[in-house]
Amino acid sequence: MINHQYDVIIIGAGGAGLRAALEIPEGFSCAVLSKVFPTRSHTGAAQGGIGAALGNEEEDSWEWHMFDTVKGSDYLGDQDAIEIMAKDAIRAIIELEHMGMPFSRTPEGKIAQRRFGGHTRPEVPEDPDSKRVAVKRSCYSADRTGHVMLHTLYENCLKQQVHFYSEYFVTDLVMSGKSCAGVVAMDMATSEVHVFHAKAVMLATGGYGRVFRITSNAHVGTGDGFSFVYNNGLPLQDMEFVQFHPTGLWKLGILISEAARGEGGILLNNKGERFMERYAPSVKDLAPRDMVSRAIITEIREGRGFKGSDGTSYVHLDVSHLPKEVIDEKIPEITGFARTYLGVEPTKEPIPIQPTAHYAMGGIPTTADAEVIRDKKGTRVPGLYAAGEAACVSVHGANRLGTNSLLDIIVFGRRGGKAIAEFIKEAEFAPLPADAADRTLAKIDRLMNSKGKEKAGALRTELQEKMMEKVGVFRNAKDLADMTVEIKTLRDRYQEVSIDDKGKIFNTDLVEAIELGNLIDTAEPIIHGALVREESRGAHSREDFPKRDDKKWLKHTLIFKTDDKPKIDYRPVSITRFQPKERKY
Amino acid sequence: MKVTLRIQRYNPERDSEPYYQEFIVEAGDDKERILDLLHQVKWKYDGTLTFRRSCAHGVCGSDGLRINGRNRLACSTLLRDVNYKKPIVIEPLPSIPIIKDLVVDMSDFYKKYEAVKPYLVNKSPAPEHERIQSNEDAEMLFESAKCILCGCCTTSCPSSWSDENYIGPAALLKAYRFVFDTRDEAADERLDIVDTPDGIWRCHTIFNCVEACPKDINLTWHISQLKKRVAEREM
Ligand SMILES: Cc1cc2nc3c(=O)[nH]c(=O)nc-3n(C[C@H](O)[C@H](O)[C@H](O)COP(=O)(O)OP(=O)(O)OC[C@H]3O[C@@H](n4cnc5c(N)ncnc54)[C@H](O)[C@@H]3O)c2cc1C
Ligand code: SF4
Ligand code: SF4
Ligand code: FES
Repeated sequence: MINHQYDVIIIGAGGAGLRAALEIPEGFSCAVLSKVFPTRSHTGAAQGGIGAALGNEEEDSWEWHMFDTVKGSDYLGDQDAIEIMAKDAIRAIIELEHMGMPFSRTPEGKIAQRRFGGHTRPEVPEDPDSKRVAVKRSCYSADRTGHVMLHTLYENCLKQQVHFYSEYFVTDLVMSGKSCAGVVAMDMATSEVHVFHAKAVMLATGGYGRVFRITSNAHVGTGDGFSFVYNNGLPLQDMEFVQFHPTGLWKLGILISEAARGEGGILLNNKGERFMERYAPSVKDLAPRDMVSRAIITEIREGRGFKGSDGTSYVHLDVSHLPKEVIDEKIPEITGFARTYLGVEPTKEPIPIQPTAHYAMGGIPTTADAEVIRDKKGTRVPGLYAAGEAACVSVHGANRLGTNSLLDIIVFGRRGGKAIAEFIKEAEFAPLPADAADRTLAKIDRLMNSKGKEKAGALRTELQEKMMEKVGVFRNAKDLADMTVEIKTLRDRYQEVSIDDKGKIFNTDLVEAIELGNLIDTAEPIIHGALVREESRGAHSREDFPKRDDKKWLKHTLIFKTDDKPKIDYRPVSITRFQPKERKY
Repeated sequence: MKVTLRIQRYNPERDSEPYYQEFIVEAGDDKERILDLLHQVKWKYDGTLTFRRSCAHGVCGSDGLRINGRNRLACSTLLRDVNYKKPIVIEPLPSIPIIKDLVVDMSDFYKKYEAVKPYLVNKSPAPEHERIQSNEDAEMLFESAKCILCGCCTTSCPSSWSDENYIGPAALLKAYRFVFDTRDEAADERLDIVDTPDGIWRCHTIFNCVEACPKDINLTWHISQLKKRVAEREM
């Protein structure tokens, strides 16, 4: 075992972790740990853009952005935090541009902006109550926005000489009493276990898409950060809210960004009808994601989908009517995916798509300064911070709008970095418990020596298929109750997993087996959260409770692990400017 | 249908040198990704098979491999892109150290990337709004900014094979990315770094890199622009 000491440890080198690292002042030691080389983080997969009311192409205001985010969240987002984000967005984008991020530009040379689902302005700007129409708010770099953002942030970290531990797989937090005192990690190159003693730790570990069979998320999106928190007796918040993006490539789940519809693409059923006209008459194909996903599943259930050779069904996304320049210049990457993976020529034929598990609205509850909290009163966990998709501030509530995650990660990544910079000035190192690495060592030891019959790959597929079937776009009490039993069984069977690779060098067999444990830990609160929340709100849609119920459910769910079934608690939602209204588009 | 993968294996804890092992896998149709077939081997037959991967759709740069003698991404190569009637030969990227099986040591590649100062340098006070740049000037950068640092180009370059100090096409592409950014002020410094025998002049325009790049980046063109810029500077 090898010991290190740093003032700050950041877990995760996606947008959130890198942005936070840039805030740690000279004179303090900081290291960023990542299980993949930083530029391979999943932020690089983001396509469509990042939202800010710059008003470069059309009149816009941060208040409208705030309103859209609140409404998009189905009123579960915390309005104090959303206000911070919508206001800070403008500064944050300008800052990225100054850091060197290459953007598409307007004819005047300003940052170009495009339309995106759920982002609107009043048709008559002077009359805030006039009908809302789509607005150009998404700042973009063709359809590679996340890629160039991730590279720009990494480049700035190199310039600032941030220290990285690449291909270090974090396995646990080190808690010292009620504070966080560091992390435990395995160097993948050698399987050596390292303990990093720190004053402050930030979790910027991203999402958990791989809990589901069809997902837009990377293979490494295994919810590790959620698992660390959950296993250390800390709560997770609003885990039932899983975003299914309406347009994943059929069978593969690879994302076809909303940018395709922002540029004019439309959805069609097997009768060639533009069915979104029926579900969202004003914004149609640019309705928020939860609504479009439900509309697609409804079309399919009512027999208006196409049957795929794999037994699953899909509908069509058509961009073939768009000018060739728009396809080649504005959405080259995503149309390329359709060509490469399905052999479809988007300039001539429609693209088969189906909803794909995409984004975690819920996560580790934090303050607006990324400080992790431990209970409904908002008590802080000294030394522990979380930002990005792993965190739940909550700015996305029950449903995230497109372009708001890239924004979230840089706004709250930076705020978290600043809060840490303040904290470490005064804070001492919390004492490092002698048994810090014991749980990790025992886990590795068990997996390396197990002779059990279960295989991680097969067990993972089972989990993913069941989650897709029973905890997907539509949910009901029976399926969810079944899943609470199922997940227990899967957890028991997980104890019987054995691996083939007994070596020390780059043992991905071992890493994947540990990741499977994290997936199971993450699925459990999603299932239980979905079962207790007896209403439909945003992305959480209960067939047996089809209405939103503000009287009972306008509150955040907190969920704690116990030896028996998880314990549930609730936190109030911050409502400042906008009273809940029915959500229509 | 059944497909045979002929995979180069090497575990330094056990083997004195690399060898090949064949696996027969089941493919639904010819649109399966090579990456999915590697996963099938790992998850069904042999958990010790080791390779990197993350995004599975050609955007993260993790799984550059040599497939039937050509550098490409396992996740963007489908069965129909190769001759699958014969065993498909899968090897690690050539000419750099192997860590295990298909996992290679990229540290030299990253070191050379860092050497060109791959970040915007602009010491002038920043305006309150964005720096103005025309869309044409921005688009001059887009092709180079697409790079996912997969290493397919540099490890296919004969000049890199014969001269380990050659900075290589990926690093030169990165130099271009900043030298030609109208917002950057360190072009001269970067040109000094690449205007050396182990820099741009080691490139003999052999085009292997261009053929290898999974993001269709015309590396040679970008390198030639750097050469031009250096020549203009000397005038
Ligand atoms: C295909 C796709 C397209 C998207 N498009 C958009 C868009 O256009 N606009 C938008 O706003 N949002 C978009 N999103 C969402 C957005 O990209 C993500 O939510 C966001 O990038 C997450 O950033 P992050 O920094 O929180 O995490 P990530 O970028 O996922 O980074 C997580 C980091 O944590 C590390 N890590 C995780 N576990 C461990 C561990 N155990 N040990 C060590 N390191 C670990 C990883 O190595 C990685 O570095 C998109 C998402 C997807 C999947
Ligand atoms: S064109 Fe230059 S960089 Fe590319 S392979 Fe040839 S010598 Fe190498
Ligand atoms: S230029 Fe192409 S081949 Fe070379 S590292 Fe970048 S993406 Fe890979
Ligand atoms: S897995 Fe990301 S490029 Fe292939």
